[in-house]
Amino acid sequence: MTSHSASRHLRPIPARAGVGLKPEHYRSILDTNPDIGFFEIHAENYMGAGGPPHRYLGEIHNRYPLSLHGVGLSIGADRRLDRDHLQRLRRLIERYQPGLFSEHLAWSTHEAMFFDDLLPVPYTSETLVRVTDHIDEVQETLGRQMLLENPSTYLTFAESTYSEIDFIAEIVRRTGCALLLDVNNVYVASINQQWDPTRYIDEYPLARVQEIHLAGYTREADDKGRPLLIDTHDRPVDEIVWRLFEHAIARLGPTPTMIEWDAKIPAWPELKAEADRAEAIMCSMRGKGHSRAAFA
Amino acid sequence: MQPLHERQRGFAAALLDSALAVPADLIGPDGQPCPKRFAVYRNNVVVGLIEALRANFPAVCRIVGEEFFRVMARAYITSEPPTSPILLDYGAGFANFIGRFEPAATLPYLPDVARIERAWTEAYHASDAAALAPAALATIPSDRVPDLCLAVHPSLRIVRSQFPALTIWRMNVDDGVPSPVDLESGGEDALVVRPAAGVEVRSMPPGGAEFVAALANRQSLAEAAEAAMSAYPLFDLSTSLAALIGVGVFVGYSFAEGACPIETKVRPT
Repeated sequence: MTSHSASRHLRPIPARAGVGLKPEHYRSILDTNPDIGFFEIHAENYMGAGGPPHRYLGEIHNRYPLSLHGVGLSIGADRRLDRDHLQRLRRLIERYQPGLFSEHLAWSTHEAMFFDDLLPVPYTSETLVRVTDHIDEVQETLGRQMLLENPSTYLTFAESTYSEIDFIAEIVRRTGCALLLDVNNVYVASINQQWDPTRYIDEYPLARVQEIHLAGYTREADDKGRPLLIDTHDRPVDEIVWRLFEHAIARLGPTPTMIEWDAKIPAWPELKAEADRAEAIMCSMRGKGHSRAAFA
Repeated sequence: MQPLHERQRGFAAALLDSALAVPADLIGPDGQPCPKRFAVYRNNVVVGLIEALRANFPAVCRIVGEEFFRVMARAYITSEPPTSPILLDYGAGFANFIGRFEPAATLPYLPDVARIERAWTEAYHASDAAALAPAALATIPSDRVPDLCLAVHPSLRIVRSQFPALTIWRMNVDDGVPSPVDLESGGEDALVVRPAAGVEVRSMPPGGAEFVAALANRQSLAEAAEAAMSAYPLFDLSTSLAALIGVGVFVGYSFAEGACPIETKVRPT
């Protein structure tokens, strides 16, 4: 199998809806050629040497634009970035030429250990220096701008001195990175932290947003009976998140939007229907959205 | 205010050790400590890794049941947490861990079933290479056959068991139906390879494991046959070789002049 197809070049991600690519759906996608804007992969799932994952991804990428979403770079960790991992990312980007590359405002490594989760960081000037240094290194090594995603959080650090939005805005200012607006994360964090999610979106640096994520959450309760939403990606997008998405699109205009569904994976038509709904919202609001249009 | 590295050290330690107290100054919206919120991270880390193991060891999970598997996986995660963000690599030491996991001692074949599953995962993600077509060897003059050196596929793995581990594995994957197995019925050797799209798992005849291991270690056909026959004098060379070619175990060949010059790599599992 040749991994470097001549037809494979950087294709920009259109301002349409896409979905996270799951092995369960490889065959349905190749057999039915669905009308969908793009597919997004978790970078770490395609870091094996060869085999069916690359074979399917190569075939799908010959037909659709592809975006790359990292979950293991640990940008918020108080240690040097894992250079080997950064090189693996660089090679994956060279191989598949994704239209967008995003990572998280989170950490997942400590000493030799990798935690399979996106852990929160305190919003302090010390963290800010660490994170901006890491993003500078990522953008330099990869030779491209990255998108940083807003986190879903369950708690607050008493030592934080920045609001989340001020912290993210300052990262953008110092590094020139772009942003991914995860609307489900906005809602999950806002309920957990008692923020106003609409205001969060309004205050987010929208001019830098190049992609949106949507997903489902699980509702639980904390020690005091307050709602505690968990970012589980295991069900449809909630109605209230759809309304926040409409609000974001009214501000942003059509924006590449990805449905994340990573656990209890549904049959292909159910996932496709979620993408269709996101696309219908964007179509119905065409002509609106000034935040980025004015900036572009 | 504690420095970031101390904050993350304390956070990390408490994540994997639920006996440790929740780190200080992690608060809810009212500014008060709220242990259940930290518990979400604890739970996410462990559940995510258990799921990663369950996906890679479906037969082990089916044999011991969900509840037992979760307990065993959790113990493994605590003892050998992942060191790489590439979780498709996680679980290399799971089979050996199962062998040391006291509650699983009544299932002595279980580590070998796990080894087959691990070999399957490694083969699935291994480098691609085109398998040698059977016709490719047909034109080799018979006097040169003994010096033939065969390069094995990079996905090739061999799992040897003193138990009928392959039979047990087959009964516990896909549509397999478990039925009583005589553990005294003798050992089984499994060959795992991914010549094209799909992973193939085959049972090997006596002497077969020695034969393939010798070829993988760049010994000539004559040397490999000798290794097989010293393990099992009735080893059927031509039938075995035809079967291996048929499965797609080989990707190239050359002729021995001393040691085989072909670059091959094998990791007997």
